[in-house]
Amino acid sequence: MKAMSTAKFSLTAVAIGALVMAFAHWFHVDYLFFASYTILQFIVLATAWNILGGYCGYVNFGSAAFFALGAYSSVALIKFDAEIDAWFPEGAANVLHHIFPLPIPVLILFGALVSGVVGFGMGYLTLRLRGSFFAIATLAMAVVLQTLIVNWDFVGGSRGAYIIRPDNLEFAGIEINYIEYLFALMLLLAVIALTTARVIERSQLGFGFATIRDDELAAEACGVPTLRLKLIATTLSGAFMGMAGAPFPYYIGYLQPASAFGLEYAVNSIAMPMIGGTTSWIGPLVGAILLGSAQQYATVTISSAVNLLIVGLMLVAFVIIAPNGLIGLVQERLRRKQS
Amino acid sequence: MTALLHVDNISKRFGGFVALDGIELEVEPGERLGLIGPNGSGKSTLVNCICGTLQNESGSVRFDGQVMDGLAAHERTHRGVARSFQLPRPFHSMTLADNLRIPLLYTVHARMGPLRSAGDLDARCHDLLEMVGLAKKAKRMPRDLTQVEMRKLELARAMAAEPKLLIADESMAGLSHSEIEDILTLLVRLSERGITIILIEHIMSAVMSFSQRLAVLVSGKKIADGKPEDVVRDPEVVRAYLGQ
Repeated sequence: MKAMSTAKFSLTAVAIGALVMAFAHWFHVDYLFFASYTILQFIVLATAWNILGGYCGYVNFGSAAFFALGAYSSVALIKFDAEIDAWFPEGAANVLHHIFPLPIPVLILFGALVSGVVGFGMGYLTLRLRGSFFAIATLAMAVVLQTLIVNWDFVGGSRGAYIIRPDNLEFAGIEINYIEYLFALMLLLAVIALTTARVIERSQLGFGFATIRDDELAAEACGVPTLRLKLIATTLSGAFMGMAGAPFPYYIGYLQPASAFGLEYAVNSIAMPMIGGTTSWIGPLVGAILLGSAQQYATVTISSAVNLLIVGLMLVAFVIIAPNGLIGLVQERLRRKQS
Repeated sequence: MTALLHVDNISKRFGGFVALDGIELEVEPGERLGLIGPNGSGKSTLVNCICGTLQNESGSVRFDGQVMDGLAAHERTHRGVARSFQLPRPFHSMTLADNLRIPLLYTVHARMGPLRSAGDLDARCHDLLEMVGLAKKAKRMPRDLTQVEMRKLELARAMAAEPKLLIADESMAGLSHSEIEDILTLLVRLSERGITIILIEHIMSAVMSFSQRLAVLVSGKKIADGKPEDVVRDPEVVRAYLGQ
């Protein structure tokens, strides 16, 4: 089997996404977009986590913080828009009104920047730690960031912030349903994240990441600049999580620290790659679709509180049955068949 | 002739324990040096200080005319120092061929620029595996290897970085007599290619047949350095190391 080129791969991914989109549009059910958005968001989060956790072997328990930073950087920019008249003289305010409110793609880039920078900083401070010590440090960082946001009144503090989502978006004379717009953006992000992960896996960078996971001392002895690679991984991983979070205020309508920093995000971003398999880009994708759909189904049929229970049970089951995830299970089968 | 490696009065302590105490060592280009000493005498610490895994507190390490103090381990590898580990540390999740690909990608590329196509890389990996007699297992995983094959992989991976100096840290410990012969033949062949080799070893017969010069470490101090036959007769060495 010959491997697909990156261009072909991303085109295929976009085509599949367009099909899903057309399908949902045809049914004309907003809920379908609403539910699929969450799954796509988890594909991005799981893929981002896997760049550091799966490829490099550094378990990040602070995914929720990077996600929340993306969301809150959007909130800050939206609030800034509301304060322009109060803060600036008229001339400057007029200029700023031309720029603000910023379109969501710009908010996404901003979220990526903020979370990427924090990822880099966290990497620099904590990457001398290994194993569970690194995981604990990321958890601590999440708590610190949450405390900061809770005490930052401008973005709503512990009260939270309301973001009024327009019903429709006017684009070149065409009216687009806003939830469909958000869905399309997240779809694009998922495609970008998966393509990036796939490119990394096949590149020199991917080989370098794998040596870090296997044995850092041996990696250094082979000439791999481990610290630099780890910083690339934390930055990339953080940036993608921030991207996933940036459109979130528009999706949810009301953002508060407890939900943005929710345990759900941290646990899901770890559980999804683990269930799917951490060594390949397919793992987080499969895990996110599987777990995400199960959660959406449970939310509708049983209750939203059962979500984490599902994650917990599936994680336990997979650790026992398939410690290398679904991908590992399939690879093992194939290898046995060959020999 | 100027020395390839010049270890100048380096010291290293771990808390109150002095692991290395003012070590002086010179290695000429192309030389085969044996380094011996009882357990805990500082051999591995010395290797770690030369390779950058540990940083020496005082003194300096010069290699190929350049001071290497403060450089990270990977930078020293780029400059031409390679090592094998006492306990083999292969990359478990990669095939043997991919294990060798890492130094090719990260060291040889970094040194000479990206000059190799995918085909060239594969050919190089194959040549290296051929050299150590593991070509047939290129697609296997390290866990499928025997102890001696693991040592050979370790040496091949060190060689993949195209070093000027190879430090083989106890690459024969725990092997049978014929396996030791295997590894020795391999090391001699590398030496004949012009690579400078420091051999750290407990097995005296191997050290004596391989080394052109012998240095002895005891409790972080170098107590002897010279022709192997003379060194093993040195009364101080006999007392401290070989036992009396």
